[in-house]
Amino acid sequence: MEGLTLSEAEQRYYCDLFSYCDTESTKKVASNGRVLELFRAAQLPNDVVMQIMELCGATRLGYFGRSQFYIALKLVAVAQSGLPLRVESLNTVKDLPLPRFVVSKNEQESRHTALYSSDADNPASYSGVIPPPPGRVQVKKGSVSHDAVQQRTSSDQQESTSPVVSPQQSPPTSPHSWRKHNRHPSGGNNERPLAGPGPFWAPFSEAQPGSSTSSDPIWSGHSPPPHQENWVSFADTPPTSALLAMHPASVQDQTTVRTVASATTTNEIRRQSSSYDDPWKITDEQRQYYVNQFKTIQPDLNGFIPGSAAKEFFTKSKLPILELSHIWELSDFDKDGALTLDEFCAAFHLVVARKNGYDLPEKLPESLMPKLIDLEDSTEVGEQTGEVGYSGSPAEAPPSKSPSMPSLNQTWPELNQSSEQWETFSERSSSSQTLTQFDSNIAPADPDTAIVHPVPIRMTPSKIHMQEMELKRTGSDHTNPTSPLLVKPPDLPEENKMSSSVKYTSGNTVTDGYSSSDSYTSDPEQIGSAVTRQRSHSGTSPDNTAPPPPPPRPHPSHSRSSSLDMNRSFSVTPGQQQAGVVAYPPAVPPRPQPSQGAGPHVHRPVDADGLISHTSTSPQQIPEQPNFADFSQFEAFAASGVNKEEDDEIETHSEALQVEKPSDSASSLRVAKADGRVEEKVPANVPTSAGKGTTPLAPPPKPIRRRLKSEDELRPEAEEHTQKTGVIAAVLASQPSIPRSIGKDKKAIQASIRRNKETNTVLARLNSELQQQLKDVLEERISLEVQLEQLRPFSHL
Amino acid sequence: METGIICHRPQNYPLYIRSVPTENELKFHYTVHTSLDVVDEKISAMGKAMVDQRELYLGLLYPTEDYKVYGYVTNSKVKFVMVVDSSNTALRDNEIRSMFRKLHNSYTDIMCNPFYNPGDRIHSRAFDNMVNSMMMQVC
Repeated sequence: MEGLTLSEAEQRYYCDLFSYCDTESTKKVASNGRVLELFRAAQLPNDVVMQIMELCGATRLGYFGRSQFYIALKLVAVAQSGLPLRVESLNTVKDLPLPRFVVSKNEQESRHTALYSSDADNPASYSGVIPPPPGRVQVKKGSVSHDAVQQRTSSDQQESTSPVVSPQQSPPTSPHSWRKHNRHPSGGNNERPLAGPGPFWAPFSEAQPGSSTSSDPIWSGHSPPPHQENWVSFADTPPTSALLAMHPASVQDQTTVRTVASATTTNEIRRQSSSYDDPWKITDEQRQYYVNQFKTIQPDLNGFIPGSAAKEFFTKSKLPILELSHIWELSDFDKDGALTLDEFCAAFHLVVARKNGYDLPEKLPESLMPKLIDLEDSTEVGEQTGEVGYSGSPAEAPPSKSPSMPSLNQTWPELNQSSEQWETFSERSSSSQTLTQFDSNIAPADPDTAIVHPVPIRMTPSKIHMQEMELKRTGSDHTNPTSPLLVKPPDLPEENKMSSSVKYTSGNTVTDGYSSSDSYTSDPEQIGSAVTRQRSHSGTSPDNTAPPPPPPRPHPSHSRSSSLDMNRSFSVTPGQQQAGVVAYPPAVPPRPQPSQGAGPHVHRPVDADGLISHTSTSPQQIPEQPNFADFSQFEAFAASGVNKEEDDEIETHSEALQVEKPSDSASSLRVAKADGRVEEKVPANVPTSAGKGTTPLAPPPKPIRRRLKSEDELRPEAEEHTQKTGVIAAVLASQPSIPRSIGKDKKAIQASIRRNKETNTVLARLNSELQQQLKDVLEERISLEVQLEQLRPFSHL
Repeated sequence: METGIICHRPQNYPLYIRSVPTENELKFHYTVHTSLDVVDEKISAMGKAMVDQRELYLGLLYPTEDYKVYGYVTNSKVKFVMVVDSSNTALRDNEIRSMFRKLHNSYTDIMCNPFYNPGDRIHSRAFDNMVNSMMMQVC
């Protein structure tokens, strides 16, 4: 055998391997045992291995001496590099890579290899990552098939060896992670930090498919097997002396060979990760996936996922609500009803674990605790180291794995594919519950509390306003009655103006209304009705009964004569009378004298003629009538002892008579004629006065009649009647006699004077009566106003 | 000694019942149910006054010969009723208040859980733990 020149690295490497194989420290390695394992780990065909062994001379020796061992190793390297196995190549081939025995020393610089190796050594030194070590321990037997029992034993061994008690839940996690990692290369997936072990992965992946496929069914039942296989490969690497020291028992059982370097690095890394080692640790890939999922819900990584969205998301995992609730309680660290990124990752991790059949912990594992902001750096480092260990996986490995495991494992590489069961939580939400919106249970905001909606209680101002409005309206209405009352007088004159025939009657009606209004309340309606009634009265028949004395004439400025004339002109019934009246008034004063003579003429023509005589007689009658009236009045006054009132009455009467010449004349005539007859039938009297003003005459005669009544009461009617008749007769007689003789003229003049005086008295009486009525009306008005005022405050209530 | 804690919804059905010696649970259930009338009476007596922290604690509802009943109502009309054995004289009012406060806090934590539907029985383990610890402390 040629001398073997080994490089320094090779020297070391070979030495380590030899030491590993030289279990008995005999400087001789048996052909079987670890050497075989080692060579098998070299992943070389058996024939090549045999060739190597033959070449190195082991077959000759039956054992592997150091040199032979070294040669064998060198040949393994050669074979692995693809060079033909030639003895000559031992030294000729330069830069030959070290023989790779699963755990290549070259790649051990990568943390992952160390991780793997550390995982392999985990059971010995650390309790966290259970799966690899137990798997490894069990795999040591060299059998591909493994069972959970072995895992358990390994775990027991782990416990015995490792001071740290590992939650027995880790085993599934690491196979879990292993699967994932394995799949990664196979899936050609994301670039992981395992880029280094990429080539390392390759052999793994090559070895895995077969093993994994075979172990998949086993996986269904057990998680460790694939890991065990992986670990087996790892285990092939010669352990370091430190490793050996750490877990002598496990190492002895294990067939894994670890390179010293790898072991050391692994130990170092493991020591670093031991503090973070946790079956619940989230692997890097997992975390990345969680972060991506978080982004789908909440783009801002620093933001929160509201409880409702989280509930929807996690409900898709089809886990029972109770378990989801528990997961939430565990993961929502700050109990704010929202998930931060860390909380979300923890929750997601727990969901994954639960989906894989692992029970939920009572308390949140440390690794899953949401890192506080100030601890992020250290935690990140820890996470990295933890990730190096690839130990993140739900704890508690029940022997029986849910059937979802293989599918889950398979789906691991396809993280972002919706076909994954657990990852993308089928769209069909199991509960399809509406989000609990704390509608009724929000502690701070509860409608039942004192948050009382102010109930606007209106005092019905509108009503009051309405009432006020009504009152105002009523007030206005109240005023209305006054206004009508007020208006009445002007209205009356207006009405009088409007229709002469209606004038007096309206006045009378108004006065009637006034008189009646006393009994009336301040109800505007009544007043209005009274007004209307009055108007109706006025409008209906001018020949009303007892027409009140005419209201004050609208033209008080008129002198007697003028007023009389005016009245005569307006009050006279339509027709010639008015014309005659109009024409006559201004000539009243001088006329009496000639009228005396013309009186009879007047009468005569009146009697004889028709209308023409009316006009002529009217002026004549006027003086006559007043004469008659005055005469009668005088007599009446003289007889009765004229009182002031009577004088006033006479004055009023006379004035009224003068004002209402035609009617007065008629009335006076009537009065003169039928002095005692206190007939209210002015119209009756009017016709007697040769068709004089009818209705208009009514009002004036009324007071006259009243006065006459009183006068009659005072004096015997017969006397007055006779006197009046006598007067009338005398007047009548005197009038025709005027034109007969001058001497008669004197008498006529005297008669006319007397007549005028009588007329004056009558008019004065009428005037007084009218004034009295005016006073009454005013008093009524005042009373009405007072009543209105009294009613107003009531209306305001 | 015996302590029963029940949460009631506004409709007065229990959400959570726990008593230390579990054999008398039914009795406590009855006691709490009868005490609901007193609670409602106290609530209505408050009228429309703002419900503040002080008024949440109703105090001793009524004492019987065997036990005392304390009440507490939250803003959302969830009532907590605690039945304490009269022999346990060490319990002061402040302690009862603190216990109710803890109960309230735990209850709000439960409410924060979106998976918890208001009105469901409370199955939260955290709540159970808290209640257990509290009751252990009392007994």
